[in-house]
Amino acid sequence: MRVNFTVNGRPQEADDVWEGESLLYVLRERLGLPGSKNACEQGECGSCTVRLDGVPVCSCLVAAGQVEGRDVVTVEGLADYAKARSCGTSCGTSLDEAKGWQARGTDSQTGEGTELAPIQQAFIDAGAVQCGFCTPGLLVAADEMLEHNPNPTDADIREALSGNLCRCTGYEKIMDAVRLAAARQGEAV
Amino acid sequence: MDFLRPASWEEALAAKAEHPTAVPIAGGTDVMVEINFDHRRPEYLLDLNRVADLTEWEVGEDTVRLGASVPYTKIMENLRAELPGLALASHTVASPQIRNRGGVGGNLGTASPAGDAHPALLAAGAEVEVESVRGTRLIPIDAFYTGVKRNALAADELIKSVHIKKADGPQQYSKVGTRNAMVIAVCAFGLALHPETRTVRTGIGSAAPTPVRAKAAEEFLNAALEEGGFWDNGKIITPSVAKQFAELCSGACNPIDDVRGTASYRRHAVGVMARRTLTWTWESYRGARRHTEGAA
Amino acid sequence: MASPSGTPTKITQGSQTKGGIGESTLRPDGTLKVTGEFAYSSDMWHEDMLWGQILRSPVAHAEILSIDTAEALATPGVYAVLTYDDLPTEVKNYGLEIQDTPVLAHGKVRHHGEPVALVAADHPETARRAAAKIRVDYRELPVITDEASATAPDAILVHEGRDDHHIGHVPHPNIVHRQPIVRGDVEAARARADVIVEGEYTFGMQDQAFLGPESGLAVPEEDGGVHLYIATQWLHSDLRQMAPVLGLPEDKVRMTLAGVGGAFGGREDLSMQIHACLLALRTGKPVKIVYNRFESFFGHVHRHPAKLYYEHGATKDGKLTHMKCRIVLDGGAYASASPAVVGNASSLSVGPYVVDDVDIEAIALYTNNPPCGAMRGFGAVQACFAYEAQMDKLAKRLGMDPVEFRRLNAMEQGTLMPTGQPVDSPAPVAELLRRVKAMPMPPERQWESSEGADVRQLPGGLSNTTHGEGVVRGVGYAVGIKNVGFSEGFDDYSTAKVRMEVVGGEPVATVHTAMAEVGQGGVTVHAQIARTELGVAQVTIHPADTQVGSAGSTSASRQTYVTGGAVKNACELVRERVLEIGRRKFGTYHPAWATAELLLEGGKVVTDGGEVLADLVDVLEGEAVEVEEEWRHRPTEPFDLRTGQGNGHVQYSFAAHRAVVEVDTELGLVKVIELACAQDVGKALNPLSVVGQIQGGTTQGLGVAVMEEIIVDPKTAKVRNPSFTDYLIPTILDTPTIPVDVLELADDHAPYGLRGIGEAPTLSSTPAVLAAIRNATGLELNRTPVRPEHLTGTA
Repeated sequence: MRVNFTVNGRPQEADDVWEGESLLYVLRERLGLPGSKNACEQGECGSCTVRLDGVPVCSCLVAAGQVEGRDVVTVEGLADYAKARSCGTSCGTSLDEAKGWQARGTDSQTGEGTELAPIQQAFIDAGAVQCGFCTPGLLVAADEMLEHNPNPTDADIREALSGNLCRCTGYEKIMDAVRLAAARQGEAV
Repeated sequence: MDFLRPASWEEALAAKAEHPTAVPIAGGTDVMVEINFDHRRPEYLLDLNRVADLTEWEVGEDTVRLGASVPYTKIMENLRAELPGLALASHTVASPQIRNRGGVGGNLGTASPAGDAHPALLAAGAEVEVESVRGTRLIPIDAFYTGVKRNALAADELIKSVHIKKADGPQQYSKVGTRNAMVIAVCAFGLALHPETRTVRTGIGSAAPTPVRAKAAEEFLNAALEEGGFWDNGKIITPSVAKQFAELCSGACNPIDDVRGTASYRRHAVGVMARRTLTWTWESYRGARRHTEGAA
Repeated sequence: MASPSGTPTKITQGSQTKGGIGESTLRPDGTLKVTGEFAYSSDMWHEDMLWGQILRSPVAHAEILSIDTAEALATPGVYAVLTYDDLPTEVKNYGLEIQDTPVLAHGKVRHHGEPVALVAADHPETARRAAAKIRVDYRELPVITDEASATAPDAILVHEGRDDHHIGHVPHPNIVHRQPIVRGDVEAARARADVIVEGEYTFGMQDQAFLGPESGLAVPEEDGGVHLYIATQWLHSDLRQMAPVLGLPEDKVRMTLAGVGGAFGGREDLSMQIHACLLALRTGKPVKIVYNRFESFFGHVHRHPAKLYYEHGATKDGKLTHMKCRIVLDGGAYASASPAVVGNASSLSVGPYVVDDVDIEAIALYTNNPPCGAMRGFGAVQACFAYEAQMDKLAKRLGMDPVEFRRLNAMEQGTLMPTGQPVDSPAPVAELLRRVKAMPMPPERQWESSEGADVRQLPGGLSNTTHGEGVVRGVGYAVGIKNVGFSEGFDDYSTAKVRMEVVGGEPVATVHTAMAEVGQGGVTVHAQIARTELGVAQVTIHPADTQVGSAGSTSASRQTYVTGGAVKNACELVRERVLEIGRRKFGTYHPAWATAELLLEGGKVVTDGGEVLADLVDVLEGEAVEVEEEWRHRPTEPFDLRTGQGNGHVQYSFAAHRAVVEVDTELGLVKVIELACAQDVGKALNPLSVVGQIQGGTTQGLGVAVMEEIIVDPKTAKVRNPSFTDYLIPTILDTPTIPVDVLELADDHAPYGLRGIGEAPTLSSTPAVLAAIRNATGLELNRTPVRPEHLTGTA
């Protein structure tokens, strides 16, 4: 079957999709967006978390056919999404325009100087990234939490991220990163 | 595999009538796991995401009509006052991501004894509204679960909504898992006090082939509360009554040993949860009563 | 063929990051990882690639009577179906040490999930459906699942006709390896004991549960070879095992490390490497294989479950007299790393204590259970769980404080190991215990706040099982000892290639090793070492591949030590060459070129007095310096097969934990409130990463204390919970605060005085949590993980 939907503000079309394919598979294998990760494919680890019409969901549990006509944001579009949110309309760019994410090729640099969402920068700065496989899902989930709850308690952070498994860090640096992002967000306002 | 995408409830019913083997998919939190792990290859997937009615709810005089696909997150956020037991149960469901997708209709459709919503529905009292091209019927929740992962639906029927009695007293819900979040129930317990009818109702999950009520325990407690005039005098329930209630709840279990826990543990834990939830609800009832009296 | 997408490229770091060693510089791959652009092995993609699928045995032990692939092969979209009969050479087995593992089952399967056949097709679903059409006739055999069934007189041999180098000294062919250690006179020492405690302990089977599933992409090459992009812990070890089976010389099997989503020992053995290459070579097309989580539980070895029998004695003033123990590790169907795990378990079975008289035996069994091998802590974890339980029992019997009792018996620099080897670097065991005990305690009864109980802070968490009822606090301590690096005479070396040149008007160092970056931050440290040694800001990390010599395994807490040591060594050689060039070019301008100690700092050649002699840009103008060199740590010796004596280890690592738990004693639910750790790291090359390693290792120890266990049915040897639904690892709501106190006592034998750190915190975390639960409940608890039924008498 064919599926049309929007990813990171950009219309996408996937063809010859097998009816049992998940949104995760379509993103990774058909649209060249492997940022969302395939760690468990049973909704237990959160590594594949994306926003579906703004709501964080496990993309492994969304059937590809269910996203017809809907709007998806993945980790690849997170920086632009966060930027659009913080600017609103005052930056002279509409939200929809700002969401017009363009695929960047992987280059030979670390990406130093790349514009990142505050939560992405905080994950790097706090040492919250080790193997990094859980990171994309955590970033999408944490970013969404901070959108609704800019001053979370530790218990709030833990509850919001309880659907995202990490095997490397013991979560302490992830807690640090989210606190850091919240604090920076607070300062910026 | 065919992917059916009805745009309305009528189209969905027609599709289900035409393809009775079609597997409905809404939140996908059960169906997609089975597909991803090659446990299931349905001939047709019937996507219900485009049927807007299913994600709506209506608060009526005595009941809440809860669309089958209303996500657990919405129940937690919007129906805590009307459906406190179900709101608590919803909060124990898996993870935020899953709660954003899954709804009660999926729990009922799968009818796993471990579904988190069942004990809360049993305790509150509910009817499941199911429909086919042949018509609509309301199935009392007590008659809905017919066996391990089996329910009272006919092949051409879909779950449209659940009519749940609005709380007329305190409700509680507890679930045991071996992790502090994102865990499938080892066993679960729901309790609702119904001061209007001076009854209590219970629900037990994951401790029998189907979700069950502890009817003997309810009858015992109803009688004990009546006899002692507890509903009127608001006294603390005596430990011996609570203990007997807990034992009868344990006795209502018919559990198995599996990788998640032993049968013996499940019986034990249901008893502990029964006692604790009785204490919590009764304390809350007494508190509310005192408050009302004070106001009067 | 064109390069696949996701091919790793060089990463240059430096325009914003300066730091050398000792600084918390940030990961060079951090930005790629937070933007989703970092390509893991499962992200690799190639035009026209096929998907590989493995058909696995549904039973644990059976003869294969026949395999019929005709229907599978006839499926549209299927390009190849391979069985044992299709293997191209006489070499059909592989293995880390013993080549006992069939690439595809031949005549027999020995464990649940053993690979039997392979399919390549144009879509994963096509491959799955085709695999389901392969008809295999099994005749089931009785299963061997424990020591009794393995060593029974009439036991079926898991492997007939063994000819490995352990068969000569094992008492039964179903025992992979046996290592006794005897020292002193146990019976005489036993007579001096005022108290004797015994214990029988059970350690459950733990899974590494790395999040990135086994995966890779094999691309056939024009010269008849193959290029494999793979997530592994050791490229060259994979290569050595793969090439003979593929029938290719090693130089025709190119290996590039793709992004690795965690490892923890689970990628030390091969998984889909050979399978993907076989399918690619057969079809002439790129083949990608990605396990799902179910398959991952069958696709890698696990931590050995163990039975441990211990006896300790002590005098009434609290001095240990002797220790006897017997450690039975279940190696499962294939040897994997079992012999080395036996060596560790036996040689570290005493723990970080002074005990002169010991009688130790460790064995690993062959059974029909899932194969077990490397996992973080490697044999030392199981022993630590048991000896720390014994320490608490002894302290209790003697009426002593458990920490005081440990400190009284703590080893120190100079103490002899049971193997007779002296500990020749700092061993601050007593100090670590002192520090961890001195940390402030977390507040009690936090749930009794004015706003009412917050269930998220209570056992059971969001499941709302208690509002404080039945909750009791407990505190427990533990300390452990882990060896660093490969032991027992293994030639444990690493290779580093370092190049220095001017790029864009700036001096740049390029570091090229085959080290598997699995998340630990080796690439961060390599850049730091290059900056410190070569005085540059810009460092380029070359992707890891087999175009450079072996870096050994990313395991045994060894990479910062050994590959870090190799990078340091290569940098020093590069520096000498750079200085030679400088002398040649500019030596006549300043006498210090000939007389002073010269350093490279801030992009310049300077004297040790700080005088600038030249800019590196000028020295390297028109020149590039490149050195590739192997580097070794001090050699070790094998343990004597009868006495266990020998200088088998090169370095030790120590950590201590204090666990604070709250237990719902009625429901048997545990909430770990805090897991404080003190660890000696020798020298923290990157303090931020050091703390991250300690917290991560601590949490894996917590997992196996209260929830993680692969459950194998003892009747069928089948795995009952191969999923993240039923194999539970800690969530962020299960994980406590983990304050870390880092001690830096240099090991003079090691580069920069550093100590391997990754594993030690995984050892002591588990027994500390168990001790705290015992403290809260008063129960004996001789197994881990401890589940609610064990705490409520309903097992």
